[in-house]
Amino acid sequence: MWFGMMILFSISFVYSIKYLLGFNLRNDIYANNFAKVGAWFGILGYTTGTLWVSVTWATDQGQSIGSVLKEPKLIGAAIALLIYGAYFVLRGSFTDIDKRARISAVYNIFAFIMLFPSIWIIPRLVGSLHPGAPGSDSGNPALNRNDMDASMRMIFYPAIIGWTLLGIWIATLKIRLEILSNKKILN
Amino acid sequence: MNPDAETAPSLKAENPPKKQLRANAMNRKILALLKKDILLEFRQQHTFYGVLLYIAATIFVIYLSLPESPDANTWNSLFWVIQLFVCVNTVAKSFLQENKGRMLYFYSITSPTEFIAAKLIYNAILMLLMSLISLGLFNVFLDNPVNNQLQFVGIVLLGGCGISLVFSLMSAIAAKAQQNAALIAILGFPVILPQLLLLMKISKAAFAEVFRDGALLQLIGLTSLLDILVIVMAYILFPYLWKD
Repeated sequence: MWFGMMILFSISFVYSIKYLLGFNLRNDIYANNFAKVGAWFGILGYTTGTLWVSVTWATDQGQSIGSVLKEPKLIGAAIALLIYGAYFVLRGSFTDIDKRARISAVYNIFAFIMLFPSIWIIPRLVGSLHPGAPGSDSGNPALNRNDMDASMRMIFYPAIIGWTLLGIWIATLKIRLEILSNKKILN
Repeated sequence: MNPDAETAPSLKAENPPKKQLRANAMNRKILALLKKDILLEFRQQHTFYGVLLYIAATIFVIYLSLPESPDANTWNSLFWVIQLFVCVNTVAKSFLQENKGRMLYFYSITSPTEFIAAKLIYNAILMLLMSLISLGLFNVFLDNPVNNQLQFVGIVLLGGCGISLVFSLMSAIAAKAQQNAALIAILGFPVILPQLLLLMKISKAAFAEVFRDGALLQLIGLTSLLDILVIVMAYILFPYLWKD
């Protein structure tokens, strides 16, 4: 889920840049829909992650969900959701299509660039329960061979690929629909 | 105040190499815009005092609502939350106060990079001032658990600067949308969160919390890097916001 979300947001980011370079409305539709599906994946990841946490962490370490949610990585996830929520609010507040496309592209780029360093850097600096914290003997929070045993890896990597492809497929369906319904403006 | 009057002579004056001349003219334009903003602040003192009153009132409310003076951690988080809201209030108006006609005028006489540079500098100065004032008020009303005063002031200045940079850009974005005042908070808060968390962590150093060797420097470096990132992005992205 997380990988799917990050990849979808990255695609959205790339299309926002493409929009600002050429002002082609088609790219804005791409950026918007990838962000939408990414946000949806983010929500799913957050909720399923919480369920997982309540089984693995909260019970054997005697912690409440409230304290677990302060994990740096989960904060990063929550921030990502908030940012893309703000992105959709921003989009909703315009009536002019071109202006909406331009300004939300600017916000998308800015937010993406501000968000991802903090997701990638800060969790490496502070300790946490999540696999891959500095205390453990690994470097990368997500892609480390020592954190998972073989059977888990067998599920984990195909899951990443599968979810990402599923997300991209949903996004392209949405994009094609929107392009069809806006055929007149897109010439 | 007419920035044109400031910049016009600089274009004709002397004739050093062309590149230097252009840089010179650019600096002067930025200075002129900066001067205009400061002058505007002096002329419309009610907004300035409004923000001052806002700071004083919030801190006073905190003072009354807490039974005794808070411990260091609470103090720290309260301080940064107040900083955040003060910044929203101070910086928010920087783009909202410019009406359409005036923006058109700026559009005709300056380039977007000069304009955003002037705004960023001005907002940073204003925010530094506000940070110091609220720090002073915090000391008066809520005691002062800080051990290393100088260090804390440094961190506050760094933080105030960073927050104001982010919110200047958010204000520029929100000014383009209709319901702008509320939008700034919605757009800005998630973006500023990581930076704010970093700042809270750094400022614990001034409360005599012990850090790993070099970790503090690393964190400060990271915060400054984020600031630089924001400035660079403002330079790249603002031209797109600017044309209408």
